[in-house]
Amino acid sequence: MVTITGIDFKDPTMLASGIMGTTGASLLRIAECGAGGVVTKSIGPEPKAGHPNPSMIELECGFLNAMGLPNPSYTEFDNEIKIVRSGTDVPVIASIFGGNAEDFVKVAEGLIDSEPAAFELNVSCPHAEGYGATIGTDTCMVESITAAVCDAVEVPVWVKLTPNVTDIKAIGKAAQNGGADAVVAINTLRGMAIDINSGYPILGNRFGGLSGPAVKPVAIKCVYDLYEALDIPVIGVGGVSTWEDAVEMIMAGASAVQIGSAVHESVNIFSDIASGIELFLQDKGYSAVEDIIGLSHEVI
Amino acid sequence: MKPVDAKIVEIVEESPSIRTFRFDVSFDDALPGQFVMVWVRGVDEIPMGSSYLNGITVQNVGDATSKLFDMKVGDSVGLRGPFGKGFTLPKKDEHILIIAGGVGAAPLGPLADYASECGAKVTTILGSRECYELVFEDRFSSAGELHITTDDGSAGTCGFVTTVLADMDVSVYDRICVCGPEIMMANVMKVLQEKDALDRSEFSMHRYFKCAIGVCGACCMDPQGLRVCKDGPVLNGSLLIDSELGDHKRNSSSQRVRV
Repeated sequence: MVTITGIDFKDPTMLASGIMGTTGASLLRIAECGAGGVVTKSIGPEPKAGHPNPSMIELECGFLNAMGLPNPSYTEFDNEIKIVRSGTDVPVIASIFGGNAEDFVKVAEGLIDSEPAAFELNVSCPHAEGYGATIGTDTCMVESITAAVCDAVEVPVWVKLTPNVTDIKAIGKAAQNGGADAVVAINTLRGMAIDINSGYPILGNRFGGLSGPAVKPVAIKCVYDLYEALDIPVIGVGGVSTWEDAVEMIMAGASAVQIGSAVHESVNIFSDIASGIELFLQDKGYSAVEDIIGLSHEVI
Repeated sequence: MKPVDAKIVEIVEESPSIRTFRFDVSFDDALPGQFVMVWVRGVDEIPMGSSYLNGITVQNVGDATSKLFDMKVGDSVGLRGPFGKGFTLPKKDEHILIIAGGVGAAPLGPLADYASECGAKVTTILGSRECYELVFEDRFSSAGELHITTDDGSAGTCGFVTTVLADMDVSVYDRICVCGPEIMMANVMKVLQEKDALDRSEFSMHRYFKCAIGVCGACCMDPQGLRVCKDGPVLNGSLLIDSELGDHKRNSSSQRVRV
């Protein structure tokens, strides 16, 4: 078991936002598949259809996506969170987005009744104009939005960061200064693929975000840097598809890992990775996950 | 996989609003019931059940299909696939019942071909609103016995596929494979449930797809969270009891809408 920002997770694996998270039923299914926690699709103030397809393609090195924050808005989604909560004790974290602090507060307050364990602020989606990384690359906005949501809700507030910045530590510190209880790193890396038969960019939005194995070293470095720079926990996400990846992420400084694209291989990946971590800890004689969080910072 | 460039080599008008497009690209490992993502460049990418290893059969219902209907032999689209789980493959001497409604005949055509080639017996109920909307009539009749139904009585039995199904002894069939409009499938499901044949039935579902590879969750069905794009599109009937089939689905914003 791990405790992060006061929330108990039975294991350090979580479903990342944007994956299997648009309905209560699918979130419940992932919880039943062994995830220690589940993060919802990012929910906004208005219903949003997202970008036209193709919205996700598999490349040799990972996945490229531009969903465009499709969501039914907080007014409909509170019921989906209730569905998950009524079926499982696994903590549900509500990912939310907006164009400004007022939007974020409106969505957070709108979802409070459904009792999410925490909020994860999406200030990092790389391909939704006016949302996500448009905000998340600006330290002042990150701090003020974080502060506004922290003022409005009693539950922990996590802030998910974009790697598409010069210095992710500065953004992490802005979140911490705003009162964030944890940061989550990283969202996808901006990327693009072009169909050479026609010259068309393949994604409907023309560009999108890269995830999967290709981004893991980038995520490891971001988590490593954030662990050193911040006093609040770091939750690692980006390219984790095996227990070895998860252990690597934890040694870089992550208190837990989120898993996204790797669900493509199997929805049972959460219990596979959790038991892999457990066996590793036993083999190496560690008593708990905490023993290896940030271990790579201690060895010289 | 990135989309493969596929040139249209033949267009067959199946009905005024339904056309088959054959391509210079063949997905030779595609199984009956699997689908491909058809990228109409600059417009959208949509899921289509493969009606041939190198072909799709499409009803003109939206922006992407409308652009596709403007295309001619020699024009090209991008194709990704085959994706998803298809129908259980019939074996020699098995007897399958195919129930197809409208353009829902598309993924069942290759199943009928496969079944008759491997020595399985095929019976088909093919329904449509009017006689000129019947798809693959010759293809199903060459595979075995064919019952036709039309809503207006312009061909075959006047009524729905369930009109014929209700009078059938379905205990003789090893499997019952269904694809058609949602309300038709919901009604077929009710009849098969009454006849205690649901666990031998397979339904090809359609839902709004985004990623098409089982990651995003846009096509998940209530209450089990089954992904139509990856756990389906062909799902055993027993998985659909008390499901959203015939009741609601999600739109592009994942809002619940009535069907």
